[in-house]
Amino acid sequence: MSDIWWMILRRLALGVLTLFVVTLLIFGAIQLLPGDPAQAILGQAATPETLAALRTELGLDLPAWQRYLNWISGVLHGDFGVSLANKRPISELIAGRLANTLFLALYAAVIAVPLSLALGILAALWRGSWFDRAINVLTLSSISFPEFFVAYILIFWLAQSGLFPSISNIPPGAPLAEKLYRTFLPALTLTLVVTAHMMRMTRAAIINLLASPYIEMARLKGMGPTRVIVHHALPNALAPIINVVALNLAYLITGVVVVEVVFVYPGLGQLMVDSVAKRDIPVVQAAALIFAAAYILLNLAADVLSTLSNPRLVNKR
Amino acid sequence: MESTNSFGPGLSRRGVLQGASALGTAALLGPLGASRAAAQPKQGGTLRLGIAHGSTTDTPDPGILENVFTQVHAQCRHNQLTEILPDGSLTGEVAESWEASPDARTWTFKIRDGLTFHSGKTVTPDDVIASINYHRGEDSTSVAKPIVASVTDLAADGSNVVVTLDNGNADFATLMADYHIAIMPGVDGRIDPASSDGCGPFVHQEWEPGVRAYVTRNPNYWKEGKPYFDAVELLSIIDPAARQNAVVSGEVDVIDRVDLQTVGLLQRAPGILVLATSGTEHYGFPMDTRAAPFSDNNVRQALKYAIDRQELVDKILFGYGEVGNDHPIGHSNRYYAADLEQHAYDPDKAKFYLKEAGLDNLAVDIHVADAAFAGCVNSALLYSEKAAAAGITINVVREPNDGFWSNVWMVKPWSATYWGGRPTEDWMFSTTYARGAPWNETFWDNDRFNELLVMGRAELDDEKRREIYFEMQDLVSNQGGIVVPMFGQYVMAHSDRVAHPDQVSALWTLDGFRAVERWWFA
Repeated sequence: MSDIWWMILRRLALGVLTLFVVTLLIFGAIQLLPGDPAQAILGQAATPETLAALRTELGLDLPAWQRYLNWISGVLHGDFGVSLANKRPISELIAGRLANTLFLALYAAVIAVPLSLALGILAALWRGSWFDRAINVLTLSSISFPEFFVAYILIFWLAQSGLFPSISNIPPGAPLAEKLYRTFLPALTLTLVVTAHMMRMTRAAIINLLASPYIEMARLKGMGPTRVIVHHALPNALAPIINVVALNLAYLITGVVVVEVVFVYPGLGQLMVDSVAKRDIPVVQAAALIFAAAYILLNLAADVLSTLSNPRLVNKR
Repeated sequence: MESTNSFGPGLSRRGVLQGASALGTAALLGPLGASRAAAQPKQGGTLRLGIAHGSTTDTPDPGILENVFTQVHAQCRHNQLTEILPDGSLTGEVAESWEASPDARTWTFKIRDGLTFHSGKTVTPDDVIASINYHRGEDSTSVAKPIVASVTDLAADGSNVVVTLDNGNADFATLMADYHIAIMPGVDGRIDPASSDGCGPFVHQEWEPGVRAYVTRNPNYWKEGKPYFDAVELLSIIDPAARQNAVVSGEVDVIDRVDLQTVGLLQRAPGILVLATSGTEHYGFPMDTRAAPFSDNNVRQALKYAIDRQELVDKILFGYGEVGNDHPIGHSNRYYAADLEQHAYDPDKAKFYLKEAGLDNLAVDIHVADAAFAGCVNSALLYSEKAAAAGITINVVREPNDGFWSNVWMVKPWSATYWGGRPTEDWMFSTTYARGAPWNETFWDNDRFNELLVMGRAELDDEKRREIYFEMQDLVSNQGGIVVPMFGQYVMAHSDRVAHPDQVSALWTLDGFRAVERWWFA
């Protein structure tokens, strides 16, 4: 077991290094974008004098490396700084948005993961049947359409009839049931978008194993197909499935800005897009750090879990 | 569809120079102020407003207010010194009345008695001075800086504020109605731009930038009966389809910026009314008049005759607009020159002007992005198609929306622009056409124009002023560097539960940002 702990520690250390590189890349990339926060904030209304005044006020007259050092030393002390555009503390700005994003991601995952595993197992069990084909066609078409299209279709069917609200406007302090009701359509959209990937991987990994000699042995012993798949094939198919699930979870956290816009859901994605448009570097950096951390942690979790699912790796001699 | 062409007769000279609330009210009952007896405002309800703007980066700073969300939100919380009524006349707001010296250099505003901020503090002349001062001075980051640049001195005199200008400006009281110049409480002569305190119709409760804001009725508001709503919830709904769905499914009561491509569908939706107002918002293609070939006025004239304006109004604005005449003054302005020859699509005339310029044909680049106005790129493509018949090749260069105002506009020799317009001719001309003005996007420097500008600003005689502004429109139209093909309309939609006065201000969208205090639930 201590091997696992070592792996986790090593990977975490590498993760921190990755985050550091990410901050450098993001900062550099924003420097390459034309325009600066002062121009972006003032827009068409900018005059040379107001620009100069705003630049001094925001500290943009300092050289880039100095601004980066100031920022990183703040972060190391746990201070993410304030937004350049509206001077709100970034930790406060991000906290609310992050909670929203995690809520929606969790909501969608709770629906999508069991659903796609179940559909994948059933499709493997009845492969070649009409069920298998129907599920494949449905999930593949929902992943092939752009997210906003899926969202509009759901709005057309489920919101215009008054069944569900078309915008996820959640008043502060709303009870959980109301939150679940108001965010049902975005969660369903995301479910439709991520199901195909996970379901197809589950199906493929299981079918792959069904040709192995030990499965044939199990069948010859007279076991039913369900027991063969759930008890014998699935445990060995877990590693690839876990990896795909982790990738999709990361996507649910980092890639849902389009869904956020259509349903007017205040998540982290919208915050990041707004901040890039305004060249609000500290906010972009903080959001990017969170996204990168989500990827690193989920990948780590996937590696640990797939290692644990394989006794040959756990009990190395 | 309802259509209101307001901002009608403009500001009366008397009302401008010596205003009082009584005068303003009288103007309302004038020929255009027809009011329907049935439209009796009622108290109550929470208005939910879906706005096409709003960003996480929004700030409450009155010197910035760069999008409609923050503008309407600010108008909920604040009052200005004066107010422009829907019919275009000027009335007092924080100022009860005002008076100008004969040379229009000294302005005395009498501050209304008994006004209080939401915090309970009384509104004093010192607060007014602090509020105006915020937009002045070298380190001011306010975009309203040019408006108050002519102010040389501000002094409190009893309940009056006395403003001294470096030169006469007959429109100064109108300038003080600008939404940036919100009256806020001053401490030691300075306002706190991040404060939400004001003396407006609604009191700040919650605001999450880029998402929603919630304000409740100010029980101590001074305007009788107003505001009619108990509370207002502003929601930022950027996606056009989401916005239209929200008003159709009853999630919100009013939306702004209806998508013109689907406005027909919205009109068929039961219980939804589309409201369009035409004011001073216009779209254009400004040329750098210092750069060849645009430095030759014959080339500029050729380009003005090579665009099919009506086609643009029909295909880009879907009829929700009017053709422009290459100057920024619209039908709704007081001194609109209706007799000025309308530029129309005429390839032969364009060829004639090219010949005058000594050219057989012309090839130019136009740098456009939809950041300038919705449909800008398509407008340029239509322009290019039609101009070909006159021997003009317009190469449409599509620029990124991001950074358009800093990297393309006023940088490339020919680009695109939009202006929300300004309530007075002088304000509009001095903003974008005066010599050396920071937003002189055509870098135009016309001696006669600049001379007239100064004359018109301090001129007190109505007839003389009219002549001056007519000549200036002629100058911009036939010698200026901008092609203004069309004036757009503000197109909004609301549920039939929401009622508004017959006349809706066309100065900005949503009744001059004041729908929150002028509209009610039927």
